[in-house]
Amino acid sequence: MAKEIQIKNKKKISRDHWTAIAFLIPSFILILVFVYGFIGWTGYVSLSNYNTIVPDFSFAGLKNYLYLFKDFRFQADLRNTLFFTVLFIALVIVLGLGLSILIDQKLKGESIFRNIFLFPMALSFIVTGVVWQWLLNPSTGFNHFLKFFGITPKWYTDTNIIGGFQWGSIEFGLPVAIIAVVIAAVWQMTGFSLAMYLAGLRGIDESMREAARMDGASEFQIYRKIILPMLMPITMSVVIIMAHISLKIFDLIYAMTGSGANFVTDVPGVYMFETTFRGNYYANGAAIAIIMLLLVAVFIVPYLWSSRKGDNS
Amino acid sequence: MKKIYGLMALLALMLVVAACSNSGEKSDGDKKDKGGQASGQVEIFSWWTGAGEEDGLLALIDLFEDEHPDISVENAAVAGGAGTNAKAVLATRMQGNDPPSTFQVHGGEELNKSWVAADKMEPLNDLYEENDWMDKFPEDLIDLVSDDGNIYSVPVNIHRGNPIFYNKKVFEDNGIDVPTTMDEFFAAADKLQEAGITPLALGDKESWTATQIFENVLAAELGVDDYNKLFAGDIAFDDERVVKAAETFGKMLDYINEDHASRNWQDSAQLVASGDAAMINMGDWAVGYFVNDLDLETNVDYGYFTFPGTEGDFGVITDTFGLPKGVDNVDDVKKFLTVLGSVEGQDAFNPLKGSIPARVDADPSKYNDYGKDTIEDFKESRLYPSLAHGSAASEGFLTKANQAVNIFVTQRNVDNFIQALQNAAPDM
Repeated sequence: MAKEIQIKNKKKISRDHWTAIAFLIPSFILILVFVYGFIGWTGYVSLSNYNTIVPDFSFAGLKNYLYLFKDFRFQADLRNTLFFTVLFIALVIVLGLGLSILIDQKLKGESIFRNIFLFPMALSFIVTGVVWQWLLNPSTGFNHFLKFFGITPKWYTDTNIIGGFQWGSIEFGLPVAIIAVVIAAVWQMTGFSLAMYLAGLRGIDESMREAARMDGASEFQIYRKIILPMLMPITMSVVIIMAHISLKIFDLIYAMTGSGANFVTDVPGVYMFETTFRGNYYANGAAIAIIMLLLVAVFIVPYLWSSRKGDNS
Repeated sequence: MKKIYGLMALLALMLVVAACSNSGEKSDGDKKDKGGQASGQVEIFSWWTGAGEEDGLLALIDLFEDEHPDISVENAAVAGGAGTNAKAVLATRMQGNDPPSTFQVHGGEELNKSWVAADKMEPLNDLYEENDWMDKFPEDLIDLVSDDGNIYSVPVNIHRGNPIFYNKKVFEDNGIDVPTTMDEFFAAADKLQEAGITPLALGDKESWTATQIFENVLAAELGVDDYNKLFAGDIAFDDERVVKAAETFGKMLDYINEDHASRNWQDSAQLVASGDAAMINMGDWAVGYFVNDLDLETNVDYGYFTFPGTEGDFGVITDTFGLPKGVDNVDDVKKFLTVLGSVEGQDAFNPLKGSIPARVDADPSKYNDYGKDTIEDFKESRLYPSLAHGSAASEGFLTKANQAVNIFVTQRNVDNFIQALQNAAPDM
């Protein structure tokens, strides 16, 4: 009898297995075609001479990539993306963590604070962009208030590069104008990291803190030695999510500043859109898309790798 | 523990909301894309969604429906200044062999170097002959919408790119006469600057406004014939007159408002209206903005003069409509184009849009003072096609020229600027 049941179970499992696969196959095929297929197609176009409205798929080798890396605008884009990403992720993490720790102090009206900080996330980047475009406009906005203190920053119209030195055809350094865009992006996304960290903090068992306190650890030590290390997975997730937002950012820049004077606020996404759909440089646009994909992959692939390892163990 | 789930649920909800708002926008666009193209219906694709221009389009559609009650019109306008979004949608549809019945396109290389070169347009020579249009439109203009002897579209309106609008009160207060040469322009600009007024307003959040100034300096420096040769590739960009034009352009940029990068053209026109700035070089769609939106009176609050050095020349921007290949109701579309090219059609559309008719025999009494002046000028002037609006060179060259101008406005490096234009020249 026992043997029979075992066989039955085995059969049942494998039938479940096949049903699952049957359900997965349609979406698997769709994703294969419409995501990976088109990535492949974009890669193919990026190696072609398709740079007019008339399709021309003759092989161009790496010509489009070489053109981009020599191009002033694309070099500026890479510089802007680098500084935007670093500043944006750092601020989102620091502010999100700080605020979540404050909110976690069991203060009254906690949910109100939480919702206030989370709310900007419900807005689209376009709305955020338009609002901050007005707030940080040098002749309106915050400067009306700041001029009483005798400072009138030029915000996103500033063309200065902090610590700039000539590198390639651009001046490499932190573009002042990018800071204005970072402010808007941080305002929007801090709520997200706050929510993530808050969930993480709630997940840490009170007994851990109790134990540490018993051992005579100060509150600061508890956070530094126990809480923060335990929040590492959350930080990892925040970094990955923010990185892929910032590397692909388009709508915020498009609505708020455009490319900016001397391309101080331009990013690859905006360049890709303009060169493809205004200039009809399809192959150049495809090359930018592939470079953006590779940039995001730098963050995503190690993450997928580590989570795959996690599955095995 | 419950709280965590609550938080997670909230988070998930927000992601869903964010996702929905994105896909909502998209499906809206899709709906617009799928126009029925059954016989008895004409789908008109344009980017006329702004105040005066939409009224003009609707008046034109009304006129057409009165004349042809059996054909219905679908207005497939895509919002977005200067047609940037519309052009992207159009490109997708044309490449996917789903063309609209007829679409708005600037006469010149925007038409010839793209859709005509891609063999997506039907010639309209028979329509011109049938309606006797060959001598109703200026010859220069018909050339602009022709390629190899075939005419590919019907111009509906004319805008001028080389007026400079100025604040009359500011000029009077500072004792400035309308400048007729570049030297007088710079003298006036110096005087204004000393008086603490921005001499020249610029809003180059989108670079075409600066490119527009450069094209007018080029026309002033080269004259119409050599201007055309430059964009035909017969004169190189390192020609000394082009270099001189770049230097003059750079000098003009010394007189612009500091926050130019945060303004679009309307914002910069406001500076002139309010008297914070004295002059602006803008296409004459600014007239509609001054009169309708800012309540200014022509020749009282603001005046206009021709860009110094381009007197007798007319920087022309024309909206035209053509017939794409693969449309199944060709006859209906031709009926629409016939109305579009008729005196009645042009006089229904243009007074509302604030442009002048492309025909030389339209009724001037329907237009305001600025329009009447311009109609006269249009008949007598040599036409030079605008670079900034896609008529003088291909969209590809324009994109690169706009980039070069954007960099030049900040860096003012003439050598780099000329080099960048020279490098882009093969794409013209």
